[in-house]
Order: sequence, then structure tokens, then C-alpha cells
Amino acid sequence: MTLLPSEFADLEQFAQTWCLATEHERYAQRLASTMQDMERFYEAITPRAEDAIAYCDKFPLDDLPDEVQNLMYLLYSMIIVSFPVEVWSQPAVPDASRTTLNCVIEPVP
Amino acid sequence: MPRWPKPAEGSWTQHYSELGTAPMSYEDSISPEFFELERDAIFKRAWLNVGRVEQLPRTGSYFTKEIHAAHTSVIVVRDKEGNVNAFHNICRHRGNKLVWNEIPREEVSGTCRQFTCKYHGWRYGLDGALSFVQQEEEFFDLDKDQFGLARVHCEVWAGFIFINLAPQPRQTLREFLGPMITGLEGYPFDQLTERFSYRSEVGANWKLYMDAFQEFYHAPVLHGKQTPDNYSIAAQQAGFEAPHYRLDGPHRLVSTSGVVTWELDPTMRKPMEDITRGGLFGPWDTPDLGEMPTGLNPARCNPWGLDSFQLWPNWTILVWSSGWYLTYHYWPTSHNTHIFEGNLYFPPARTARDRVAHEMTAVTFKEYGLQDASTLEATQIMLESRAVTTFPLNDQEILLRHLHKVAGDWVDEYRREREEVAQR
Repeated sequence: MTLLPSEFADLEQFAQTWCLATEHERYAQRLASTMQDMERFYEAITPRAEDAIAYCDKFPLDDLPDEVQNLMYLLYSMIIVSFPVEVWSQPAVPDASRTTLNCVIEPVP
Repeated sequence: MPRWPKPAEGSWTQHYSELGTAPMSYEDSISPEFFELERDAIFKRAWLNVGRVEQLPRTGSYFTKEIHAAHTSVIVVRDKEGNVNAFHNICRHRGNKLVWNEIPREEVSGTCRQFTCKYHGWRYGLDGALSFVQQEEEFFDLDKDQFGLARVHCEVWAGFIFINLAPQPRQTLREFLGPMITGLEGYPFDQLTERFSYRSEVGANWKLYMDAFQEFYHAPVLHGKQTPDNYSIAAQQAGFEAPHYRLDGPHRLVSTSGVVTWELDPTMRKPMEDITRGGLFGPWDTPDLGEMPTGLNPARCNPWGLDSFQLWPNWTILVWSSGWYLTYHYWPTSHNTHIFEGNLYFPPARTARDRVAHEMTAVTFKEYGLQDASTLEATQIMLESRAVTTFPLNDQEILLRHLHKVAGDWVDEYRREREEVAQR
């Protein structure tokens, strides 16, 4: 049972961890991950991002097949890990202590 | 040398001479007594934005809003005639909170035909009228017409729903908003319906968070590490200057020129910005929203960046040139805590590519917001030490002076009226 379209089989190894439906889950996964794990995911998905976006663009946004929806979730997770990888060198935002800023409403899909 | 011309008086602050240029006290942000006065003087008198009409799409759509500062909860509901009504969220029988699910202190929303009290089953129509009393015959001369829900003044402007908790508001909503804010009419708020909503419980006075977002002087420093070194070094060297500040009654505006992110040297951008074509300033592919209202971009900057309108008392509309807008609400819960709500509104994504750019913008907003909120807690802690009691503000921080002055003015006026009543 695969989560992603077959064209993105190379990213399937990340799907269980990162195909998450809400920002809340994605951010929690980021905080629970090591930098090494996030760097590995980032290095794998960023060269494929343009292809993935172009692939999703072939479907109507309000009627995405499940595997395409999962690919979108993977792209959202790519965005959330990009901050630790590109600028912070740590999972949490520096100087943010225990402050939380929870996403309580987000668009579907 | 300023990059932008300043008013003839020499500075924006001196242009508004009533503000003065002396160092400021933040006693109003650390004093429990002052907060107690703000409840009556401000939050039970001013028009408060509680949401948008899109949150009430059909007959019977409702949401509740907790207004801790005014010691109440309000139900906002669309009735059969399509009107938006607001009521205190209290049952007329024994005072139970009428609308809530599971947790009495949490806000709820939904659609219903009538409101039924969980306690003894009294029912109210969408217009607030009492329609059913359990064992009515057991009561004593109960006239149901006298026991409808307690109404709260409610008006809509540009699709934004406002309430006023005063028995009789001193101004209509339109008078209260004044020309600077109503100059936003014509902005297509009704078309920007894709929404991300963020919420944070912040350990700082509500005005201190407003302060954080009504100056951008902090951005190159506090947020310096958000961007590649090439950008942050350049940003720190340049500092921040806005081309235009404006005050109108109790409200404020800062307008800034723009940076066109995608025209910067690529080493000044994060790789993810190039991949998603989005970032802090919004999506790079700007939608065509038609002609902008005359109240936007008052300095006629080209390129224009954003206008941030701080509406008295506790919310902000921030319109970006790249075709989206933000609102911030600051709901006090005590003198040193409040709930911050940040909403991002975009035209609905038509493609996955649009949606990814929106996601990048929203997530970037959160990274910045976390740094701001945390810093405020640090500020609150040390202000409460009273080790230092006055603080200098520069010309780029003029809006802070105004906010604290208006808060002081409203509290003073309330105190005076209370004394006059006591002397009668």
C-alpha cells in the first residue's frame, strides 16, 4: 500500500512520517524530529518539488485523489522543515521559548 | 539622512504635537488597577470587531466570542431575514451560559434553528425571542416577551462584524471608524475568503503586542536570522523607515514601501522562497484584485509594500501589495496576559501552485510571530520590575505613543465621568 503517486515512488520512504493533514501535526513532527532526519527529507524532496507541484496542478484543487492530496501534504511538510534546515539549524524557532502559535483554521485541501 | 521626506515640523512625532517626544511610561501595561479601568472605559464602550460575515454563511449560522476584558461572552448569529444579531450569551432563566460545547470557556460555532439552554431547556429564536419555557405554568405571571436574550449593539462594515457593549454607543460604527478607516472601502475583502487562523496565549499586556506590530524598527534585529546573511546584513545596515504615518482619532496607520523579493539577488532569498514562489511578503504571483481604494498607499509609493491600520482598540488590518491581507486581534485576559489571533486571508487558491505559495506565506508568518510573542513575555517580566520606569521612543515608533495616549485618554475620561456622577 503506497501513499504517493507512482511517479514519486522515490519519496515514498518519507510519506509515513510527513504526509500529515494539519499544520499542527506537521509542526509537532518537526519538533519531534532530528536535524539529520529533516535534512535527509529536505535533500530528497527539494529537487523534486517543481515536478510535484506541476503534477498536483493537473488535478482540480477541490477534487484531489488521495495520493495527490498526500503529495500536497508532503509539500507542506517540506515547507515546515525548510526553516530548521535553511536558517535555524535546530527544530524550534530560536528565542521562541515555550510560546505557541497554533493554527486553528487552515484551507482545505 | 532620512530616505523619506518628513513633515515640515521635522518629524512624524512632532507633526502630531499632542504626542510630545518625552520618554514613555508603560505603567498602563503592568498595572492591574489600570486594566480594571480599561474594562469599563474601553472594552465596554468601543466598537469591537468580532469576525466577518463569511463566518455566518446561512440562516442560523452562529459563533460565540469570549470578551474576557468585558466579562462577557457574545453570540453572533444570522437570522431568517439575513440580519446579523448579537446577544449576550446568557440564558434569562438562571444565568447559565446559553451556547457552549463540552468546555464552557471555549468559543464555538455552528448552525442551528434555535438556541436551547443545556440547564432547563429554555429556547430562544435566532432573533433572540424567548420561544419555550419548560413547565411554563409553574412560573408566576411570566411574560415571555420580557425575557428575550439581552441584545448587544451590532453593525457590519465592509463585511466586518462589530459589536458595542455599551447600553447606548456614543457613536455609530461609521462615525467611530472615521475617514482613514472607511477609506479602505472598496478593497475586495469579500473575495479573499481563503483563511489561515492562528491563536496564541501571550504572557504580556495586550498593548505591548500591538506595539510590536505597529513598528517595524525591530524587524532587522529580532528577525535577522530568518533570512540569509546577505539579506539580514543589508537590512540591518539600512534600518527601517516608513514613508508615511497617519493618525485619525483613536486609529493609526503606517504605510511602507516595498521590496520586490524576486528581484533581489538570489543569495538574499531562502531556497524555499524560490521553490514555492512565496514568503513573508506573500505570494510572488500577485492576483489582479482590480483598482485599490484611495485610502491605501497614501504616500503613493512605487513599489508599495503594505499598509498597516491599527483600529482602536484591539485590532489591525494589514493589507499587502501582493494581493492578500492579515488581521490581528488582541483580546486581554488580565493585565499581563491576552489572546492573540492572527488571520491570513487570500483569494481562494485555484491551483496547487497557488496553494503552496499560500502555505509558505502562512508558515513564514508563524515563524516570525513566535519570535515576537516570546520577546513580549520577556518585556512584560522586566517592565513589572519597575527597575526602569521611562523609555525613549524614536520617530519610527510614533504609533506606540499614540496607542498608549489614547488608552490613557479613554481611561481618564471614564474616571472623570465617574467622579462627576459620584458628586451629583
